[in-house]
Parts: sequence; C-alpha cells; structure tokens
Amino acid sequence: MTITPDDIVYWQLGPFAISATLVFTWVVMALLAVGSWLVTRSLTGGTSVSRGQLLMEIVLDGIRGQIRDVVEVDADRYLPFIGTLFLFIVTCNVLAVVPGFRAPTGSLTTTTALALCVFAAVPVFGIASRGLGGYLKTYLQPSPFMLPFNLISEVTRTISLAIRLFGNIMSGAMIAAMALAIAPLFFPVIMNVLGLLIGVIQAYIFAVLALVYIASATRAHEEQLERASNEKGETIRGKP
Amino acid sequence: MESLELIGMISIIMAGATVGIGAPITAIGEGWAVSRAMGALAQQPDAGPVISRTLFIGLAMTESSAIYCFVVSMVLIFANPFWNHFLTITGG
Repeated sequence: MTITPDDIVYWQLGPFAISATLVFTWVVMALLAVGSWLVTRSLTGGTSVSRGQLLMEIVLDGIRGQIRDVVEVDADRYLPFIGTLFLFIVTCNVLAVVPGFRAPTGSLTTTTALALCVFAAVPVFGIASRGLGGYLKTYLQPSPFMLPFNLISEVTRTISLAIRLFGNIMSGAMIAAMALAIAPLFFPVIMNVLGLLIGVIQAYIFAVLALVYIASATRAHEEQLERASNEKGETIRGKP
Repeated sequence: MESLELIGMISIIMAGATVGIGAPITAIGEGWAVSRAMGALAQQPDAGPVISRTLFIGLAMTESSAIYCFVVSMVLIFANPFWNHFLTITGG
C-alpha cells in the first residue's frame, strides 16, 4: 500500500521523476483551465445565459460572498488568489472518487507547495496595503517581547496548513482502501461519501485560513483608518 | 535481528498509543466546541453564518492535532525510517 502518490513513478530521467502527483496535478490544471476557457469564450449579458456561464457565476459569486463575509473591505483584491486555491483543492478532492485518480492533495509535496504560496502571499498583501515599515511593525504588535512568538507562529501555521490538508486527504484514501480490504461490499461507499464531505470542508478551511492569515496582516491598517474616522467624527460632533 | 524485532514491536505499540491517546482528547475538545456552538445557534439563529464559519475554522485548528497523531502513526507503520535502516543492514 502506497501512502502518497509520490511513490508511483511513471517515468524517470536522472533526478527528474514524473510521478503520479505531477501527472494528476496536470490533469486537474488542464480540466480547470480548459473548462473555464470554454465557458468564458462566449460570455453573454442579458436574461438568458448558457449553463456553463451560470455555473461559473454561481461559483464566483459564492466565493466572493464568503470572502466579503471575512474581510468586509475590498474583497475583490483577494478573490484571484483565494479563489484559485479553493477551486484547485476542491477539484482535486472531489475527483478522488474517480477510480484510478489519486488526489494530488494526498501528497505532502503538493500541500507544502500550496502552504508556501500562502506563506509568501501574507507579506506581499501586507506590504501592498501597509507599506514595508507598517508591515514589519505588526511583528512587534502587542509588545516587542512577542517578536519571537510572532516569527514562530508564521512558520508553524504554514506547517500545520500543509499537514492538515495532507493528513485529511491521505487518511480518507487510506480508510477507503482498508475498508475495501475488510468489507468490500457496501462499507467503502459510505467512507467515500464521507471522504467527499471532508474534501470539500478541507478545501473551504484551507481557503478561509489563508484568507484569515492574509487579512490579519492587512486588517490593522483598516481598523486604524476606521478609528481615525470615528475620532474625527466625534471631535466634529463634540466641538459645538 | 534482535533490534529489528524490538523496533517492529515498539513501533506498532506506539502507533496504536499515538492515535489512542491523541484522538479521544481531541474529540472531547471538539465535542465541547460543537455543543457550545449549538447553544449559541439556538439562542441567536440570526448569527448562524458567522457562528458556523468560526466553528469550522476552530474545529479545523483543533482537529489538526489529531491529524498530526494520525500522520505520526501512519509513518510508524508504513514508512518507519528506523525499520528501513535496520532492514537494509540485516538484509543487505
């Protein structure tokens, strides 16, 4: 029994190996890219739209609404990154019920790459909204004594983001395989349905956690603006 | 051969103990969180989306410790580095 799809190597040239993880990542990427290309090729306005466009609008609107619930200000800035993460992970996890498909998210390399994307995106979004000095100041935020803990939490939350997704998807695949060996008639179906639910929830959680991390790097700025405008309003009201 | 048997035995026992200790404690914590969230939902149904989103995030945070235990026990059973090391020494 192989734990990760990394161990299945189709083709090897020197140090470069084409493993199942890579192949199925390409499959998912092609599926997403070709699907959205086919739909967005013929976008129409008005009352009657095609089925694909309707599906895409529903998905986009849902993701945008979820982002707006969390950050409340300027949601569309985060939409490309968070939406891409969510769509990629949810496609990988849901396709795991297709026989022969090994979910790329069940490999630690894929989830580490995704977590590193979040790790890099937090300072990028933070510096873009607060400037370099303002972003570095968040590390000293409650008091300068918290600097080492802030730095440690930056690393550990990236690790936990990677291990959480990997562990959930890998355990789903492994439980399904064990159920197939023990009680092959009916039980694996239930475990696969549970795996679908867990896959969608984990994709949602990964996206929301990435959003929360990014928002926490940018939010203090917005709160400061809010407080400044409130104080200004109070002084204007308090003067006469 | 002696150390190989010892490593195999301890690995299997510890793999069971890791999940056996780590999972129930996490389950207790998650049960607490869910019961509190249910109480909050019953009192304030309007705040449903906010409560359920925060609950999901908190459950994911809590559950990651159980997942760590599971990953460690899977490594102990299927990809044990010490077992592989001694296997290559005795076998090769």
